[in-house]
Amino acid sequence: MREDIETKQTMGLYIHIPFCIQKCKYCDFLSFPATEQIQCRYVEALAKEMELWKEKTGFRPVDTIFIGGGTPSVISVEKMRILLEAVRENFQINRLKEFTVECNPCTVSGDKLQLYRDMGVNRLSIGMQSTDGSELKSLGRIHTYHEFLQSYEMARDYGFENINIDIMSAVPGQTLESYEKTLKCVIKLRPEHISSYSLILEEGTPLYDLYAGEPPVDEETDRRMYERTEEILACAGYERYEISNYARKGLECRHNLKYWKREEYLGIGLGASSFMNHSRFSNERDMEIYINQIHSGNLPVAEKEELSPWDEKSEFMYLGLRCMEGISEKRFYECFGEKVEHCFGEEILRCQEQGLLVREEGRIFLTRRGIDVSNRVFAEFI
Amino acid sequence: MAVIKKSHIRNFCIIAHIDHGKSTLADRIIEKTGLLTSREMQSQILDNMELERERGITIKSQAVRIAYTAKNGEEYLFNLIDTPGHVDFNYEVSRSLAACEGAILIVDAAQGIEAQTLANCYLAIDHDLEIMPVINKIDLPSAEPERVINEIEDVIGIEAQDAPQISAKLGTNIEAVLEQIVTKIPAPEGDENGLLKALIFDSVYDAYKGVIIFCRIFDGTVKKGTRIHMMATGMEEEVVEVGTFGAGQFIPCEELTAGMVGYITASLKNVEGTRVGDTVTDAENPCKEALPGYKKVLPMVYCGLYPADGAKYQDLRDALEKLQLNDAALQFEAETSVALGFGFRCGFLGLLHLEVIEERLEREYNLDLVTTAPGVVYHVYKTNGEMVEVTNPSNLPDPSEIEHMEEPVVEAEIMVTTEFVGAIMKLCQERRGVYLGMEYMEETRALLKYILPLNEIIYDFFDSLKSRSRGYASFDYEMKGYERAELVKLNILINKEEVDALSFIVHESSAYERGRKMCQKLKKEIPRHLFEVPIQAAIGNKVIARETVKAVRKDVLAKCYGGDISRKRKLLEKQKEGKKRMRQIGSVEIPQKAFMSVLKLDDEE
Repeated sequence: MREDIETKQTMGLYIHIPFCIQKCKYCDFLSFPATEQIQCRYVEALAKEMELWKEKTGFRPVDTIFIGGGTPSVISVEKMRILLEAVRENFQINRLKEFTVECNPCTVSGDKLQLYRDMGVNRLSIGMQSTDGSELKSLGRIHTYHEFLQSYEMARDYGFENINIDIMSAVPGQTLESYEKTLKCVIKLRPEHISSYSLILEEGTPLYDLYAGEPPVDEETDRRMYERTEEILACAGYERYEISNYARKGLECRHNLKYWKREEYLGIGLGASSFMNHSRFSNERDMEIYINQIHSGNLPVAEKEELSPWDEKSEFMYLGLRCMEGISEKRFYECFGEKVEHCFGEEILRCQEQGLLVREEGRIFLTRRGIDVSNRVFAEFI
Repeated sequence: MAVIKKSHIRNFCIIAHIDHGKSTLADRIIEKTGLLTSREMQSQILDNMELERERGITIKSQAVRIAYTAKNGEEYLFNLIDTPGHVDFNYEVSRSLAACEGAILIVDAAQGIEAQTLANCYLAIDHDLEIMPVINKIDLPSAEPERVINEIEDVIGIEAQDAPQISAKLGTNIEAVLEQIVTKIPAPEGDENGLLKALIFDSVYDAYKGVIIFCRIFDGTVKKGTRIHMMATGMEEEVVEVGTFGAGQFIPCEELTAGMVGYITASLKNVEGTRVGDTVTDAENPCKEALPGYKKVLPMVYCGLYPADGAKYQDLRDALEKLQLNDAALQFEAETSVALGFGFRCGFLGLLHLEVIEERLEREYNLDLVTTAPGVVYHVYKTNGEMVEVTNPSNLPDPSEIEHMEEPVVEAEIMVTTEFVGAIMKLCQERRGVYLGMEYMEETRALLKYILPLNEIIYDFFDSLKSRSRGYASFDYEMKGYERAELVKLNILINKEEVDALSFIVHESSAYERGRKMCQKLKKEIPRHLFEVPIQAAIGNKVIARETVKAVRKDVLAKCYGGDISRKRKLLEKQKEGKKRMRQIGSVEIPQKAFMSVLKLDDEE
């Protein structure tokens, strides 16, 4: 890494925990069940990797942390303590605003939650996916709705005031009615943030093999689910701020917003991705190689891509447009010294004509229809 | 090699149905005569174009000279002239035959006589060649050499009892073939002191030597410095080199005399002036009359060839020009299409020729091509009495100006086992065939004769024939001329816009069916757009078929977080890349593949 990273600029920190109890049928993330011993070695390696970065980032202040997975909550209290202490030792966190840990039902405990609180974690993201038992089963989730409720209530009891609940639409066996029921149950729990993902059939997952030919939920119903999500959540006071993300005013996930606004973040852990200094890079994805690299004192970076000015403009558009407020023309100009219409005038116009984009008061954003077919819009900016 | 007397020269070719083992036998002959060791053989020597080897067919004729010491102790010189094995190249076959005194007729011991065997055999008999039957593939469990021998005698009417029974694959009994070449095939005649008269049976362009003329000397002598004159094209040039054909190489020699087969180079820039079938003579002492049988081959099948990337137009032109150096039958002229941009209307001898050229352009010249539906040359008689030849449907005059139209027809011979006669007759009827008659070859096999419109067989007739006879039918045809037909131009409209590159001329009676299939096929090929895309087939203003590509309702990436960004960009790039390979018609993007998919419309059910 180059040494000239600006010291004053804040950055996000992502820590990857690639472990889970059992892989879900739709999951194509880098995660797998692992023995205590491997988990131990891994946490040690994480701590070491943070140390390796310590100087290179020049004590750059971290304002958001996200520990994601996998299921970070599978990590035992002892190991988690090592990990969280390493964060405190190696990064400057006095300007920390948001610190999220991803959890799954059946893996959280009072001890763990207390530790998170003590170490400054102020936000939890809990995977619920559905309230329907058969849908949970078809996804390969290990928990019931009831078990989710227990975990959720426990988190509230331990004082967590900012919780996200993940749900999914277009799940095998799901109907518009059953999905709406899930939505309504979620609202009743009054979480601060809700992520609703339409199931993506990723190659290499069991669900892909089952449904790649014929999606489990027809396109029209799938789209209706999208619509209903927005309608029902809006009534309950959640504002859609990104394609799949809804929050109460002011409680949007700051860390995730960094991804879409192209702010810098450092990824620690197996396969973790970073965006720093006009380049995107990611770590080794093989556990043994990753650990060995770190123990030999090397950063375990496996892939690195320097973004060209064109790449950056293009990313600015297709990442920025994921947010409902869209992109700011002024910010585009500030970033690139060029007007957005100079760069993408034709593409924007074409999307406007097709009713996919709106350009208003210095911002460009997706219409409803534009959201539904956003890949088509984004491809224009590539 | 010492000069060999004319009486010890044997000029012959091998004729066979496809897959009956022609190239394999040629290899064995070359191998047995000792010019090459087995290791030097690159599986099949005569088929030296990569494509030919892959497709197992011989496209252009080639020749090779072999020395053979017979059992009588004398050394003989064999000139083996390979002939193309496909009906598209019938004329070239006939010229190759004309250069020989004899022909080895290979018949598969299991399959027996097939349509091409018969057609080529009659062609050889027409040229007064001595036919020497050989029964191949006796190693097959299903081989029935005795039955096949009787079949040859019954059907072709030549003596076959002493035909060598061989396995070219295993090399069994090849000596018997070599001996019979010596004893059965006559030595060439002709007067080496007479006026030069040589037949061009092939010519190739070589970057260093210019055009290399493959010829058979009938009379006289040709050597370096002879000023030669091509009697049909009028081309004249001084000979630079003469020689004979080694295995895969040219071996220069002093002179070529009557009876010999060899090559001539004369710094000629392209094969336009050295047409197959033309007679080469001495410009200073010309012979009285040319050898019979020359004709200028005319393209039978036309299609549009367009570079997938419009910027490659000039590259395509250069490539076509280079291929034409070697292939006088290939014709092309520039044309433009609203849908496909700048390209060429190209003329070919037949569908195979088309496919070969297309593949060579893609493979050897690395061009990505879009091909339009192949068509034939229609004669359009206009109300003002004028006749125009139409090769591109877009150029068809307005229906109000057309008095009537004529289309080319062929006389086809189809050989098939009796159980499939019904199915094949049905196919021929569907293709507007006129039944001429049927002959039984033996109890279980029949030869069907039909007049068929050429435009009905250029699509996929051969495939249909094979599928409806479980691979047993064989097929051959020759041109018969033009006949009046009720033809219409079928327009394809995508999102209400006519797409010129997809329109074609079709018989009135099959327009509805074709239109329907075309729409169905296009529906599968055209990706979903943000709006509904109607696909219509129409004759004039009358829509006869319609399909609709439904609009995309949802195309979203639900998740895009830190680790997804690079990966998702690649997905979007792919989407964009796919778009680039599309042709824009109005607001609809049509994949290039769609233009080609319509080439194979039939028998999907």
